[in-house]
Amino acid sequence: MNPFRYRTAADPDAAIGAALGGATFIAGGTDLIQLMQEGIAAPDLLMDINGIGYSGVASDLDGIRIGALTRLAEVADDPTVRARFPLVREAIESTASGQVRNMATVGGNLLQKTRCLYFRDRAAPCNKRAPGTGCSAFEGQNRINAVLGASAHCIATHPSDLAVALVAADAEVILRGPAGERTVLLESFYRLPEDRPDIETVLEPGELIVGVWLPIAAAARRSRYVKVRDRASFEWALASCAAAIATDGGEVLEARLAVGGVATKPWRLARSEAALVGRPFGPGAIREAAALAAEGAEPRGRNAYKVPLLVATVERTLMELRGAG
Amino acid sequence: MPDGQSLDITITVNGEARTVVVDTRTTLLDALRDRLHLSGTKKGCGLGQCGACTVLLDGRRIVSCLTFAVMAEGKAVTTIEGLAQDGSLHPLQAAFVEHDAFQCGYCTPGQIMSAAGLLSEGRNGTDDEIRDLMSGNICRCGAYTNILAAIRDVLPRESGR
Ligand SMILES: Cc1cc2nc3c(=O)[nH]c(=O)nc-3n(C[C@H](O)[C@H](O)[C@H](O)COP(=O)(O)OP(=O)(O)OC[C@H]3O[C@@H](n4cnc5c(N)ncnc54)[C@H](O)[C@@H]3O)c2cc1C
Ligand code: SF4
Ligand code: FES
Ligand code: FES
Repeated sequence: MNPFRYRTAADPDAAIGAALGGATFIAGGTDLIQLMQEGIAAPDLLMDINGIGYSGVASDLDGIRIGALTRLAEVADDPTVRARFPLVREAIESTASGQVRNMATVGGNLLQKTRCLYFRDRAAPCNKRAPGTGCSAFEGQNRINAVLGASAHCIATHPSDLAVALVAADAEVILRGPAGERTVLLESFYRLPEDRPDIETVLEPGELIVGVWLPIAAAARRSRYVKVRDRASFEWALASCAAAIATDGGEVLEARLAVGGVATKPWRLARSEAALVGRPFGPGAIREAAALAAEGAEPRGRNAYKVPLLVATVERTLMELRGAG
Repeated sequence: MPDGQSLDITITVNGEARTVVVDTRTTLLDALRDRLHLSGTKKGCGLGQCGACTVLLDGRRIVSCLTFAVMAEGKAVTTIEGLAQDGSLHPLQAAFVEHDAFQCGYCTPGQIMSAAGLLSEGRNGTDDEIRDLMSGNICRCGAYTNILAAIRDVLPRESGR
């Protein structure tokens, strides 16, 4: 590991100032330290942001605000989250291990790097890690790579479970930079890879994630997160689905669907949602919505199994949600 | 070394304040093993994937390989060496012996500290839920059945989180 200097920030402005001068934020450290151990990240100055505040879950009349420095375990243990946002709790409880959930923060989770094998192998060409060098996964070991939202330059998936659940809960991220705070819909926070896979979000230089906002309207929907992986626990998603549905007399009033493990960013399924709304919440509409999930999917060899897996995962999630109602 | 690359830190380890000078690159795991000579905490993968290095930080279980020692400044760490009190084994240690919950023993300190974390965090559940809560601790010898039995003996039989 390269030598680096380490400082703690006492408040957000000190952290933002340091980042404008080239410092790298560290929160839980669980992704960044892996990358530093593997020689993929080599910061000169680490700015520890654990002391800047923004930790904890606060309930309000019109929603809940989760501080960016809140540990994943704390979010999943929060009584309001458990009662009103089951999909968030289920996504977190299927994330990593109990140890990692005690360390990992919400902000760090949303910004964790892809698990693409070549991104994490310093010797391999990779447009995301070293722009312009090419994409080793395109013709290579791409079993875990994306079938949706990819470009000729990058087919890496976004690995976060939490982000998928948050997109289906209409979450917004609260950002704070040199010019103050702004709020962005989480779905629009992530960029598609296009020809710049190294730029993953709309975060500006120096900007911090300070929180996540969940509107209370989203809590009125029944919700569920289903994760499919190579082993039963402690593994990243091959496909996952977050669903939130409001029904009245058996008819779907509102639907939110997002999938993970299959796309270059947490992927909202607008067409599948539209196929559900206004129809009885039954097998017919569910099967149609699930089939639409794979529209536009582009398999690239070893990840072709993800297309039927995606459809089956969406169908299973909706059927379970229907059964639970 | 240039300014800021090595720092003086004080951590409370098993109830005792310890001050050491560490390079910023030193993980908490390496500081415990190599600087404080507490070699009960094991290094498996160094990447958060095996749980051999599990310790409690302010009463919550973490993997000590994925945090820098400098980040633990002012905090309290409990390692496997800190579990036994007044010469008698912690109930989890006794249950692991009782149930033969290890073969080579390499994963054992991590397994026990992870289970100690379930206790101190108030986590509990069905056998399946405990298996899931313990899935961050890999046992290459496959002693899982006995590990679960040992933990089951100590965790109160009630549904928890
Ligand atoms: C063994 C293992 C298994 C895992 N399994 C899963 C899994 O199944 N599902 C899943 O979703 N994740 C999984 N993860 C990933 C884990 O969830 C992330 O590593 C973690 O959430 C990152 O959070 P952190 O606070 O540790 O981030 P850090 O490592 O501290 O930071 C990550 C990045 O975010 C930046 N950053 C952090 N906080 C902020 C902020 N507030 N504002 C701006 N920038 C910030 C940092 O500069 C860094 O670039 C796993 C990790 C491990 C080690
Ligand atoms: S898919 Fe993206 S991250 Fe993976 S090798 Fe290609 S460019 Fe790199
Ligand atoms: S050594 Fe820390 S988890 Fe493997
Ligand atoms: S007893 Fe050998 S690894 Fe668990």
